[in-house]
Amino acid sequence: MTTRLDKTFARLRQSNEKALIAYLMAGDPSLADTEQLVGELERAGADIIELGVPFSDPIADGPVIQQAAERALRGGTSLRKILPMMRRLRATTQIPLVLMAYYNTIHAFGPERFCREAVLAGVDGLIVPDMPPDEAEPLKAPAEAAGLQLIFLLAPTSTAARRKFVARQSQGFVYYVSLTGITGAKLRDVADVFHNVEKIRKVSPVPVAVGFGVATPEDAAKISKIADGVIVGSAIVKCIASHQQDSGMVGQVARFVRSLKTAMAEAARNPSAAPSL
Amino acid sequence: MPTLPDSHGRFGAYGGRYVPETLMPALLELEQEYARARKDKRFQMELAYYLKEYVGRPTPLYFAQRLTEKLGGAKIYLKREDLCHTGAHKINNAIGQGLLAKRMRKPRIIAETGAGQHGVATATVAAMFGLQCEIYMGTEDMQRQALNVFRMRLLGSTVTGVDAGSRTLKDAISEAMRDWTTNIRSTHYILGSVLGAHPYPMMIRDFQSVIGREARKQILSAEGRLPDCLIACVGGGSNAMGLFHAFIGDKKVQMVGVEAAGLGIASGKHAARFAGGKPGVLQGTMTYLLQDDDGQINLTHSVSAGLDYAAVGPEHSYLRDQGRATYTSATDDEAMAAFDLLAREEGIVPALESAHAIAHVVKVAPTMKRNHVLVVNLSGRGDKDVQLVARMRGITL
Repeated sequence: MTTRLDKTFARLRQSNEKALIAYLMAGDPSLADTEQLVGELERAGADIIELGVPFSDPIADGPVIQQAAERALRGGTSLRKILPMMRRLRATTQIPLVLMAYYNTIHAFGPERFCREAVLAGVDGLIVPDMPPDEAEPLKAPAEAAGLQLIFLLAPTSTAARRKFVARQSQGFVYYVSLTGITGAKLRDVADVFHNVEKIRKVSPVPVAVGFGVATPEDAAKISKIADGVIVGSAIVKCIASHQQDSGMVGQVARFVRSLKTAMAEAARNPSAAPSL
Repeated sequence: MPTLPDSHGRFGAYGGRYVPETLMPALLELEQEYARARKDKRFQMELAYYLKEYVGRPTPLYFAQRLTEKLGGAKIYLKREDLCHTGAHKINNAIGQGLLAKRMRKPRIIAETGAGQHGVATATVAAMFGLQCEIYMGTEDMQRQALNVFRMRLLGSTVTGVDAGSRTLKDAISEAMRDWTTNIRSTHYILGSVLGAHPYPMMIRDFQSVIGREARKQILSAEGRLPDCLIACVGGGSNAMGLFHAFIGDKKVQMVGVEAAGLGIASGKHAARFAGGKPGVLQGTMTYLLQDDDGQINLTHSVSAGLDYAAVGPEHSYLRDQGRATYTSATDDEAMAAFDLLAREEGIVPALESAHAIAHVVKVAPTMKRNHVLVVNLSGRGDKDVQLVARMRGITL
């Protein structure tokens, strides 16, 4: 079966483009805002949307996403409300939708029920930042049965053996964490990202997307020359937070996302003019 | 019972390694290095040396005669971990992991702390071994344990306040995990209880199991037989696992863990995971958690910062499900009454954490026969709590 994620990466490859994966915290500032943002970000050039499920204790996240989760939880956001919202969204768009959820929120929902209902709601992929493939057994069979793709992560500390082990189990794409650190940290060593992505490519049957520390159009352009996909999270969440009170919030965020995609497109059209490593 | 955990770090359904990929290689390295150290005679001799000469082990197993007479039932023995250097059992683990950090050539160590006892133990070991040290502590805990904050700074450590969530132990652990993820190449994380991802629950249990090994010998020589029951307070549960481990094969020895009932289980303001929780995953491990229906972690309450935590060590979850250990709880008020009782009857001021174990002794000793024997882990001393207790009684020192 060819999935929405597979189709998207194949289509982009044909047109010599890279995927812009935009992260939003579901329910920040409200689920209605999230629903509206997804549509606008697709029009602004996002190729894949990653939606965070808020969790009280997000160990992989920096302050920007921690605070977004706190806002979403204060507003009463939970998986039980996120899935129906995604189902409404799915009626209006074919953009690949990926959920990012800490394992306890899935465990509490019930892994089997989660996989079934997520796919019914139009979810294509799942990232669980605190569940390496070593612990993923309880999810693999229900995900397979439901047709939900499990996306795993690699890091700069991953050994050659783990690169192979993790990449071969990852579906849709493999998520390379660009730095040793948490979301929203500053990306310093682009050359290091380049070398690691090259090593992953050699063993990975799926595209490689890079996230953590990609904050500006310049960063997105640099990373798009290295990887198949560029994941931008904290910078978008920060943009939402700073325009929270503002009626033009959605427009501001869309403008920022468009600037990311434009920089990536320019880097693809004109390799020599793009910022160097 | 088979030797646990298994090779996946599982105690039955509990435990495991639920961490971001960045940490996985470090956990695998730590597991291998610890397995080598465990078999290395020189490492074990060095550990034994520091436990004896620096910590002051073995700690006494003291017969609390006046408390026994006052309660009028079982004979009560106190395992005096409060007499360890730095005032609690926490140093047993900090020394072990400090030696491991040196072995792995990590120049920097970090730790979380709730009551401050583990933070003080880690800061002490860092000073003694010449390691750079940063301690994470919830700002709520920094306020109620101001004395220990100053002690850690005196010892040359940096104490970093954590202002997220409930601003207590749970949030300090999350922040320490984030630091470790960021500085993984230079830093060893000295987790303070039998929590977190494999190999921590196993390794910390092993380092603390010296408590039970000593107590077993001591009670055999004092009474000529094994005790009827072991009692220890359970936050993460390292002092309890330390006492229980050597007795797990002794089927007739009952084991009781005492959780913090805070303002009472019915109030919802407590930290009794086995009374109000269900299994889930927090901070690297599958175990009993206080959580809501959506899997969000609940805020907890206890007068004792060291017990004020939403999860419990995975091996305790296993022992509970197997029926090998039982778990009960004591409220803030019961712990405060036990704190006074031990001070006045025995001249020992216990840590508020340990006072929860004493509170359970007060309930069960009178129901037991006079020839029955109780061994209670007096895991820490109460100097750190004197100021808090005074404040609670409206006294300004």
